Amino acid sequence: MGKTISEKIFSNHSGNSVKAGDIVVAKVDALMGQDGTAPLAIKVFEELGGKMTIDNNKVLLVLDHSAPPPNEGVANLHKLMRDFAEKYRTQLSEIGEGVCHQVFMERGLALPGSLIIGADSHTCTYGVLNCFATGVGSSELASAMYTGKLWFKVPETVKIILRGKLRKGITAKDVILYLVGFFKADGLTYKAIEFDGELIRELSIDGRATITNMVVEMGAKAGIMPFDEKTKGFFREIGIDIEEGISSDKDANFSEVYDFDLSNLEPQVALPHQVDNVFPISSVDRIKIQEAFLGTCTNGRLEDLRVSAELLKGKKVAKGVRMIVAPASKKIYLQALKEGLIEIFLSAGAIVVNPGCGPCVGTHQGVPADGENVISTANRNFKGRMGNNKAFIYLASPLTVTASAIRGEITNPLEVMD
Amino acid sequence: MIFEGKAHKFGDDINTDYIISGKYKFKSLDFNEMAKHLLEDIYPNFYEKITKGDILVAGKNFGCGSSREQAPLVIKHAGISAVLAKSFARIFFRNSINVGLPVLECNTDLIEDGDLIYLDLIKGEIYNKSKNIKVEIFSPLPEIMVKILKEGGLVEYLKKEGDFKL
Repeated sequence: MGKTISEKIFSNHSGNSVKAGDIVVAKVDALMGQDGTAPLAIKVFEELGGKMTIDNNKVLLVLDHSAPPPNEGVANLHKLMRDFAEKYRTQLSEIGEGVCHQVFMERGLALPGSLIIGADSHTCTYGVLNCFATGVGSSELASAMYTGKLWFKVPETVKIILRGKLRKGITAKDVILYLVGFFKADGLTYKAIEFDGELIRELSIDGRATITNMVVEMGAKAGIMPFDEKTKGFFREIGIDIEEGISSDKDANFSEVYDFDLSNLEPQVALPHQVDNVFPISSVDRIKIQEAFLGTCTNGRLEDLRVSAELLKGKKVAKGVRMIVAPASKKIYLQALKEGLIEIFLSAGAIVVNPGCGPCVGTHQGVPADGENVISTANRNFKGRMGNNKAFIYLASPLTVTASAIRGEITNPLEVMD
Repeated sequence: MIFEGKAHKFGDDINTDYIISGKYKFKSLDFNEMAKHLLEDIYPNFYEKITKGDILVAGKNFGCGSSREQAPLVIKHAGISAVLAKSFARIFFRNSINVGLPVLECNTDLIEDGDLIYLDLIKGEIYNKSKNIKVEIFSPLPEIMVKILKEGGLVEYLKKEGDFKL
């Protein structure tokens, strides 16, 4: 019997030929912790005796969730991380460098065929680069630094084939919101997903990453994209030559195969307070919004900023709406500056904040008031998520968020597009 | 490993943001202080309703969302001895075991708020003492998880074993 990508990666990293359902101890290639999870990992690591077994160059600590620090508590935890990175000579991503997942990929730490853990649930994003990447807790992060390994259950794999061509005004975010609505928040719990099909092949790496980012919203352990010329191009751009990726055998055993034709997909919106509460925009009321947020590890990439700026050019953010833009990394921010995108945002009345996670996770830089409605490109709309449990969060694509910011109410981007 | 306590019943899809809001977890590593905010966004002052040893009971997909290990730690520090749910989100499930908080998938329809629950983790048995019925366990814990729990969590397990042992 052939193997899935996950079975191949866990076989390569455990030294045994394994199949779905097996419990294995596997070597970890690289790992990541952010300022919400790394401080606890550091505490646990020290309790274990503070011996680093894993290659310190493959450990990345990122200051992004609450950065720059809004209070002394956070500042002290940041200091703890800096001191740790200095002591053990790990990689550190300073304030303003970007959201952990974007920085991790830009630094070439997520390589095809590798096994990666990160103390952040959206670590599954790196599957876009044809690796197995999954979220863990702080103790597991510490244990992997200490032993170089972690135990895993080899997941069953679900194959999702996406066909068709997306219509004008529809983006990768609409695709993943549709899938989350279809499978529901626990529909693929403990599973790995392999994506394929012409629709996926047509998408850029930025678009594909939006999809892998949100597989955890269906409970999945990992979401893996095929390796192709676009993947190669991503690595070439960051100075790494990689010719081959990893793919499933023809006779691999998938627990289920789904085939979707999304040619007629319309913009999707997730209504408060559940990510899987997804509806096509034609059946969503024209709800007035007070805040529009473009950014996060889901949709703060260059392509997202480009489509938003293109739509916003020559127009204004509606009176009474705060539009907040957070590029996912400094690299993206600089490129957006070069391309004139930042000027478009500012001229239209948007606010551009430093790369990071603040508004999405509700620590600072965009906390809504009681009773306010927010439309956001983030991956979660839980009650209280943005720091106020009396606010309402709607999730949508960068285009829908921008169109809604222009009109001041939830709006189909086609109504605003030229 | 035997636990007995009063059930506090919650519904489906209780996420980690509800368990402990992001605005608290970034500030400190003081879990006793954070425990006062346990589930407050959906149940104000829940912390005050807990007697040490009580059991948290929920529907499906408990602990979905973030990877924050603060979530099971805060539940534990609030005095909860175990969590029973129809299903758990993957990262939360692992985190709970790693911090020494027993979690089990079972038919929680048989448990109502306030029922007295008896749980034998090693034998894999749950009884609703108030209703005098056995609660069906959907899937027992893998052996490595039982070993970690027996040691009181991942840190103690690794201190003893030195490495992961299957």
